[in-house]
Amino acid sequence: MSAEHAHTAHHQDHGHDHGSHAAYIKGFLLSVILTAIPFGLVMAGGFESRSLTAVTVMGFAVAQILVHMVYFLHMNGKQEEGWTMLSTIFTIVVVVILLAGSLWVMYHMNTNMMPQMDHELMQGFGS
Amino acid sequence: MSHVVTDTTTDNLGRYWELKPHHHPEGASTSLGFWVYLMSDCLMFAVLFAVYGVLGTSFAAGPGPKDLFDLGLVAVNTGMLLLSSITFGFAMLAMFAGRQGATLRWLGVTLVFGLCFLGIELYEFQHMIHLGAGPQRSGFLSAFFTLVGTHGLHVTFGSIWLITLMVQIARRGLGPENQRRMICLSMFWHFLDVIWIGVFTFVYLLGMI
Repeated sequence: MSAEHAHTAHHQDHGHDHGSHAAYIKGFLLSVILTAIPFGLVMAGGFESRSLTAVTVMGFAVAQILVHMVYFLHMNGKQEEGWTMLSTIFTIVVVVILLAGSLWVMYHMNTNMMPQMDHELMQGFGS
Repeated sequence: MSHVVTDTTTDNLGRYWELKPHHHPEGASTSLGFWVYLMSDCLMFAVLFAVYGVLGTSFAAGPGPKDLFDLGLVAVNTGMLLLSSITFGFAMLAMFAGRQGATLRWLGVTLVFGLCFLGIELYEFQHMIHLGAGPQRSGFLSAFFTLVGTHGLHVTFGSIWLITLMVQIARRGLGPENQRRMICLSMFWHFLDVIWIGVFTFVYLLGMI
C-alpha cells in the first residue's frame, strides 16, 4: 500500500464503500439465483451420485458467501488499511482447521473405536 | 547533513508505516473492533457446525432430517432473511443520503422480515417438539437445536437492537453516533445472513440429499 493510498483511505472514512442501489440489487439477485439452484437441485432429488450433489450444493454456498461479502458487507483489501481482510483470512484459516480436524478425527474415532456402531450408522444413512 | 539523512529515512519508513503520532477521531476504530467481534462469533458458530457435523448422524433410532425437515419452509425462511438483508442495505443508503424518514421506514421493513423469519423458525421448532423430536431426543437433534437456535437467538437480539436503534434515530436523528451504530448493526445483520447460508446448506440441504 503506497503512502498516498493509506493517507486518503485514512481520511475518507477508512476506505468504506457504502455501495449503491444497483450494487445491492445485483447482490440480491445473485443471492436469489445462488439459493434457488441448490434448493431446486435437492428438492428435485439431486444427481445420481450423492457426493456430487453435496459438492455442488457446497460450491453454491461458498459462491453465495463471497457474493454477500462483496455486495452486502462491502469487503475489499483496502478497508481499515487491510486489517479487516487480514482478520477475516485468519478466521477462515482457523474455521477450516477446526471443521476439517473435528470431522476427520471423529470420523476415525467412529470407524476405529466403535465397530458395533457402524451397522447402526449405515442403517441411519439408508433410511 | 545528518538531519537531512534522518528525514529521508523517516520518509522512506513512512511509506510503509505511519510513524507520526496522529489523532484518531472518536469511534474511528469501532467498525474494525466490531468486525473482530463478528469473527470471534464466527468461530463460535464454527464450533457448533463441527458439533453438528460430528453428531449429525447420531439419530439414536429416532427421526432423521428426512422425517423432520420441510425444505419449502426453509426456502421461505431463507427468502425472508435475504429480503431483510437488502432492505437493511436500502436503509443504509437512505442514511448516507441523510433521509431520516426513509431510513426509519426501511428499518421497519427489515424488522418485519426479521420477525417473519423468527416466527417461521419458532413454528418449525414447536412442530418438531410436538412430534417428539425435541433437543433431548438424540445427539442429532441436540446439535440441530443448539446450532439453529443460536442463530435464531442472534436474530432475536439483532431485532431488539434494531428496535432500540429506530427509537434512537427517531429521537436524535442521524448524527455521527447513530451512523456508527447503524454501520455496526448492518455488519451484524449481513453476517447473520452469511451464517444462515452455512446453516441451510450444511444442515437442511445436505441433510435432505
